[in-house]
Amino acid sequence: MKYIDEYRDKDIVLMLAKEIKKASTKPIRLMEVCGGHTMSIQKYGIPYLLPETVELISGPGCPVCVTSRSYIDRAVAYSRLEDVIITTYGDLIRVPGSTSSLDKEKAKGADIRIVYSILDALMIAKENRHKKIVFLGIGFETTAPSSAAGIIKAQMAGISNFYVYSAHKVMPPAMETLIDEGVLIDGYIGPGHVSTITGEGIYMNIPEKFGLGVVISGFEPVDLMQSILMLVRQFENADPKVEIEYTRAVKPEGNIKAQEMLDEVFEYRDDWWRGLGVLKNSGLKIREKYAMYDAEEQIEVEVEELKEPKGCICGDILRGVNKPKDCKLFGNVCTPSNPVGSCMVSSEGSCAAYYLYNR
Amino acid sequence: MCLSLPGKILSIDDSSELRMAVVDFGGVQREICVEWLPEAGIGDYVLAHVGTALTVLDEKSALESIEALTELSKVLEEEEKNNPLNI
Repeated sequence: MKYIDEYRDKDIVLMLAKEIKKASTKPIRLMEVCGGHTMSIQKYGIPYLLPETVELISGPGCPVCVTSRSYIDRAVAYSRLEDVIITTYGDLIRVPGSTSSLDKEKAKGADIRIVYSILDALMIAKENRHKKIVFLGIGFETTAPSSAAGIIKAQMAGISNFYVYSAHKVMPPAMETLIDEGVLIDGYIGPGHVSTITGEGIYMNIPEKFGLGVVISGFEPVDLMQSILMLVRQFENADPKVEIEYTRAVKPEGNIKAQEMLDEVFEYRDDWWRGLGVLKNSGLKIREKYAMYDAEEQIEVEVEELKEPKGCICGDILRGVNKPKDCKLFGNVCTPSNPVGSCMVSSEGSCAAYYLYNR
Repeated sequence: MCLSLPGKILSIDDSSELRMAVVDFGGVQREICVEWLPEAGIGDYVLAHVGTALTVLDEKSALESIEALTELSKVLEEEEKNNPLNI
């Protein structure tokens, strides 16, 4: 496929491996923030191509992993209402809540439908005017503007039985908190697709305030190796800055129209992250002027008491403090077919990536 | 979650509330929202995520970066041949 195959060229990857080895003299710990990067890094065996001086750790960039169980509990509670149809991306369907999950509720007869896009959910709303359609809005800056577009389209098309339940979050507060909390990181492999929307500006604090480099990376092995080389060079030259490796997709200013739409519909709120706790202005709430589409405002429901699983260290893994293999449950009690924590259930969670490619 | 795929725009429809396009992803065609990309035209490659195009892929930049890397790879290989101990 164009724009993919050429970035999987083995000779270029091996050449970059040699260049990294040549450039790296001091130990360096790089965090890949994005769950998609975690998957690519494990899939292509990137850690095995790196010299001993370069260590990669996974970060909190998997929306499903960082979302609270209480979000799932509330979605489960919505799904139990007679007049509600839940529409969701496939990512959420198997995520365990306190005592149930969406797929368990679906098996019991709840009307829960997996959609590819929020526009598909709007079609369902159009076809089922007597029902309330709740769309589970999860994801970072890449995904949140689509939820904004869905709400704006609902308004333009006069669809009034459509509600978004937002768990949308933004990346920078989590990236800054990790450094503030003293997690040992020398640079960030910056999220590629988040940055197509936001541009590079949102990361400027990281070199300026914390003295760490950020390289916005693509997802293929050539992209990742090149980004690691750029970060190693920044580190060796003591010249931290924000750079874009993924220039074919990311413009420095991002996608202005998408940013405007996001800002039109959503405002910041404090939000809870697994492993990090409550972070200021890290979540997105639907603005009051669009409150008629906000499930939290419009649909009252009783939610069960929150229960967290025992022994799961997903939170520490998301902070880069532990790796999946450090968890006692990993690979025995907790597997992709029987996940205990969200890092195993999400297809881009660190535990799932290690289980699949690096056990 | 932020998984996005490159696809080629086959046609564009400006008649509904949001600008839509039919996009070909290596043989599979889907209707994708291109509301945020007023500059996108037929034949352009876009990165699509949950039914929405995030960005128009920059062919010039893609070609340049791969050409530069291929070139560098050749130069280094040549250097290695001439000076095999300098690794």
